[in-house]
Amino acid sequence: MKSKFTIFALITFALLSWGLYEALIGAPTEATMGPVQRIFYYHVPCAWVMELCFPANFLLSIAYLIWRKPEIDALAVSTAEVGVVFCTIVLLTGPIWGKPVWGIWWTWDARLTSTLVLWLIYVSYLILRKFSIGGPNAVLAASLAIFGCLDAVFVFMAIRWFRTQHPKPVFGGGADSGIDPRMLQAFFVNMAAFTALGILLVWLRFVLERTRQKVEEAHAMKALGATR
Amino acid sequence: MTFATTLKNTLAKDLQLEWRSKDAINSMLFFALLVVVIFSFSFDLSPEESRPIAGGLVWVALLFAAVVALNQTWSRELRNSVLDAYRIAPAPLESLFLAKTIGNFIFVSVLELVIAPLFVIFYNLRSVGPVYQLVLASVLGNWALVVNGTFFGAISIRTRSREVLLPLLLFPISIPAMLAAVNATANTLTGEGSAYLPLVFLAVYDVVFTAVGLFLFETVLQAE
Amino acid sequence: MSYLYAAYIIVWVVLIGYIGILTMGFRKLAEEVKELEK
Repeated sequence: MKSKFTIFALITFALLSWGLYEALIGAPTEATMGPVQRIFYYHVPCAWVMELCFPANFLLSIAYLIWRKPEIDALAVSTAEVGVVFCTIVLLTGPIWGKPVWGIWWTWDARLTSTLVLWLIYVSYLILRKFSIGGPNAVLAASLAIFGCLDAVFVFMAIRWFRTQHPKPVFGGGADSGIDPRMLQAFFVNMAAFTALGILLVWLRFVLERTRQKVEEAHAMKALGATR
Repeated sequence: MTFATTLKNTLAKDLQLEWRSKDAINSMLFFALLVVVIFSFSFDLSPEESRPIAGGLVWVALLFAAVVALNQTWSRELRNSVLDAYRIAPAPLESLFLAKTIGNFIFVSVLELVIAPLFVIFYNLRSVGPVYQLVLASVLGNWALVVNGTFFGAISIRTRSREVLLPLLLFPISIPAMLAAVNATANTLTGEGSAYLPLVFLAVYDVVFTAVGLFLFETVLQAE
Repeated sequence: MSYLYAAYIIVWVVLIGYIGILTMGFRKLAEEVKELEK
């Protein structure tokens, strides 16, 4: 298992390095936006990983409430945490890209707002897990996740309908006219690289959580054994 | 015990307890008054300027005041281990959830009846649109806050940080409901834009989250 | 241009920071396991 992990980690590292090269040097500079556009090669893949993690957590939360297996919960917390990490990156890099290109740090359009709300919901999810006492922990968090993801849908719709007077910059559009194949290459390499990184981090976090669960079990068994 | 009887009895018990001691309602009312006053002199606006913003301000004030109310109703249960009694009682837990939600709804409505007139006075508000829309917005928005607040209140009292956790969980989840409520209120006050869509949105939100809350309440209460 | 570098640096700081947190988590667990095996 460990060797599989190391091989995967090395592949991820290789992809990330290649991706970095492609993003900064390999891909040509975009005509209208200039070098700042290169943020796109990192921003969009991170958003993609986040969009994998959070729905995964939603499904895992439902699965946990049905089957109550500790492995499912371990995977759930892993996807939530990694999702928050990548969501943080998206929320930080987005405005940095937005300011020089569109002149604004932020706008309350559907996409940005629902990303922010998802971040808030999952941070509250992680805080709930920190503050829960042992047992009910996982169940409470899973319930919150279900509420949260349903809510994210409502947020998206709400902004769509109730805040239409603001400008809507489109993120993730890339270059408009005739996408240069070198740009596509940079994009896809980084997509693969960050997906691999996402999987790697979830894997790592999962192992950490499972180990933690087993250690807690062992502590409990020890305590029982001592009182016999 | 049937669903309806449990519901009625629990609700009656809560209201009676509150009426006798009046400690929660008094502190909530005073808190609501303070919130309105602070908001009012933070933003010194003419009647025309305040109309589009008043909607947002009222709902923010209500949100904070509601959290105080929501924390109260669950912490009282905890104090006398009533929660554990509920868990082993044969009564359906959904009726407990609904009873608590309705009780909270009544408390928050009382808060609204205090906050809204104060805002009207401090901001010299006059609604351009029909008042019944404002009432509808406040009822639907109230329920949205309260149904989620009751559910998350049940979750947060079972954690280490108790009352502190409720607003942390409630505020993000309430964002779409708040958005719709503020939109409906502002549109009605200023007379611009239709309040129909946000009100329908709120109604759907209420139905969906009441259903999910009812469905998951037993899971959450019986956790572990 | 500086926006670009700021963005990339932020990405790497966040990622490496998270990996660092995970590593610390592993170390603490390793200690606990040693305690248990005593």
